Amino acid sequence: MSDVLAVAEHRQGELRDVSREVVTAGSELADETGGDLHVAVISGDVETFADALSLEGVDTIHTVAHGEEFNHDVYTQAITQLADELAPGYVLAPNSVNGLDYAPAVATRLGVPLVTDTVDLATDGETLVATREMYGGKVETTTEVDGDQVVATIRGAEWAPTEAAGDATIEAFDAEIDEDAIGSTVTGFEEVAGGDVDISEADVLVSVGRGIDEEDNLDLVRELAEALDATLSSSRPIVDAGWLPANRQVGQSGKVVTPDVYIAIGISGAVQHVAGMKGSDTIVAINTDPNAPIMDIADYAIHDDLFDVVPALIEQFS
Amino acid sequence: MKVLVPVKEVATVDDEFEIDGTAIDERYLGADLNEWDDYAIEEAVQLEEDGIVDEVVTVTIGDEDTEQTIRQALAKGADRAIRVWDDALEGVDLLDVGAKVAILEAVVAAEAPDLVLTGVQSGDDSFGATGVALAEAVGYQWGAVVNQLDLENGAETASVHRELEGGIEELTEIDLPAVLTIQTGINEPRYASLRGIRMAQRKELEHQTLDDLGVDASTVAGDLRLTEMYEPESQSDTTVYEGSAEDTAAQLADLLREKGVAQ
Ligand SMILES: Cc1cc2nc3c(=O)[nH]c(=O)nc-3n(C[C@H](O)[C@H](O)[C@H](O)COP(=O)(O)OP(=O)(O)OC[C@H]3O[C@@H](n4cnc5c(N)ncnc54)[C@H](O)[C@@H]3O)c2cc1C
Repeated sequence: MSDVLAVAEHRQGELRDVSREVVTAGSELADETGGDLHVAVISGDVETFADALSLEGVDTIHTVAHGEEFNHDVYTQAITQLADELAPGYVLAPNSVNGLDYAPAVATRLGVPLVTDTVDLATDGETLVATREMYGGKVETTTEVDGDQVVATIRGAEWAPTEAAGDATIEAFDAEIDEDAIGSTVTGFEEVAGGDVDISEADVLVSVGRGIDEEDNLDLVRELAEALDATLSSSRPIVDAGWLPANRQVGQSGKVVTPDVYIAIGISGAVQHVAGMKGSDTIVAINTDPNAPIMDIADYAIHDDLFDVVPALIEQFS
Repeated sequence: MKVLVPVKEVATVDDEFEIDGTAIDERYLGADLNEWDDYAIEEAVQLEEDGIVDEVVTVTIGDEDTEQTIRQALAKGADRAIRVWDDALEGVDLLDVGAKVAILEAVVAAEAPDLVLTGVQSGDDSFGATGVALAEAVGYQWGAVVNQLDLENGAETASVHRELEGGIEELTEIDLPAVLTIQTGINEPRYASLRGIRMAQRKELEHQTLDDLGVDASTVAGDLRLTEMYEPESQSDTTVYEGSAEDTAAQLADLLREKGVAQ
C-alpha cells in the first residue's frame, strides 16, 4: 500500500510536458501498490499549475509557494519534508536537467536508493523493478531496487502524458525553507542557438554525427545536402567540436525538428539526440553499426560505411 | 584552490557483441576515458593554467587496468591521481550511485578540495547523478549540467551557466565549495602531448583500499541489482537496404525521389 509522490516541472511560467508524464508513471505505480498518488508542485504560480495537474489518477496535489523559478535547494528541502510527512514508497521525478539537479540530493538526504533515467517501472509492492538502458542505448537492463522508499527519475516521452481531468484535492504544504541553506541563486536565462538557418523549418535534413571523424570530411555531407537541396544539421559532438554552429544541433539541448525526411549519417541515436528528431516523417540511417540505437527508430537503414555510401548517393543525384 | 576531478574509465562496446548473463561478453568490450570527464579535466587544468587553481587531483574507482586511463588524465595536466580499488569491488555488477558516493565522500574528506568537477554522466551506466549526490553527502553546494564556468581568483562563488533543454541556459551563482557536473562543449579538451605523456609517467598515482579510506565494504554492494540484460527490441518494420554501397545508395536514391526529394 505504498503511496507515490511525483514532482511536477515548470519553466518560465509553463508546466513542462514531462509533468503529465510523471503523473502517468506515478498513477501506474500507485495502481500496482494500491496506494495514493500525490503530486508536488513547487515555486512559481503553484495555484494555476495545481489546477492543470488535477488529472486522472491524482489524489492530492501539494503546492509549495516559494520563489518564481526552479531552485534546487528549495526543491530538495520541500521534497524531503513532504517525503518525511507522507512517507511515500516512491518519489518520482523527471529525468530532466533540473530533475538531475535535485533528485540525487533528495535520495541522499533521505538516505534511500536512487535509480535514474528509467524507461519502465513495475513493483510487486516490495521490490521496484526498473528498466534502463546502458552503453548509450545498445542494451536494455532490468534492475531490482530494494528499500522501503526509492527515488526514481523517469525518461521523457516514455510514458504517455495524462490528459484526462481528475478531481484531486489541492493542499498548500507549509514547507519550512531554511534560507541560510540556499547556496545558489538563479540570476537569469539566456537563449542560445539563434542565427542564419532555422533547421526546425526544413523539409529535408541531412544530419551528420561523430562518424564523420574529421572536420574536413564535413564537405562530403555538405555536398550531399546540396545535391538533395536539403539543410545540414548535426548531433552534438559536431557542435561541441566547433565544426558547426549551435543552431544546427538537433536534440534535447538543441532543436526539435520534424522534417519530411531525416537522414542520420554516422549518428548513434543517443536518447538526447532522438528527443529532437523522432517526430520526423521518414527516418533514414546510414551507420556501420547494426546495433546502433538509431536503427530502432529508422524507417530505412543502410548498415555500411558512410564514406562509401555518401559518395555513391551524391553520384546518384549529379 | 584545489580541484578534485573524479575520472571514470568507461566500457565501450564493439558494433557486434554478445550478452553473457547480465553483462556484455568481455571479448566485445574496450575501455576509454569517459567523454564527459575529459571536459571536466580540461576545465580544471585551464583553471590551473589561469592561476586560479593550485592543484588538480583526479580520483578513479577502478582496478589496475584503469591506470592507462588515469595516465591520460595526468598527461593532460592533472597533478596527481588517486585510484581506489578493493577486492570487495571485484564482484560488484553495478556500482550504483550510493556506493560511488560512499567512496568519493571519503576521498573528499581526505583531500578537502574547494571544487569538485565531475562529468554530467558516464557513457556506460549513465546514472547522471553521482556529482549531485556527492555534493549533498559532503555538504557542498552544487550545479548540474554546467556548460560555462567563470571563477575569479579568490572568489567565494562560481558563476555558471546550466544547460537546460531546448537551447535555454540558466545563469546561476553557486557558493564554494561546490561540486559542478560538467557538460561537453564547455571547452575543447586537449590531446595529451608527447611531453605530457612522458611527464605523466613521473606523476604520483596512489592506490587506496576501502580500508585506507575507512569505508565499510558492505556499503559498496549498493541497493541496485542488475537482473537482466538484453538487446532492445527493434522496430520490426525498418527496411534495411542490402548490397554494395552503389546498390544501397541507388535504392535510397529511389526512395528519396519517391518522397519528392531533389526531383
Ligand atoms: C544533458 C545532455 C544533453 C544532450 N543533448 C544532446 C543534443 O541536443 N543533441 C545530441 O545529438 N546529443 C546530445 N547529447 C549527447 C548525446 O548523449 C550523445 O553523446 C550524442 O548524441 C552522440 O552523438 P553521435 O551519435 O554523433 O556520436 P556517437 O554516439 O559517437 O556515434 C557515432 C556513430 O557513428 C557511427 N560511425 C562511425 N564511423 C562510421 C562510418 N565510417 N560510417 C558510418 N557510421 C559510422 C558509429 O557506429 C556510431 O553509431 C546530450 C547529452 C547530455 C548528457
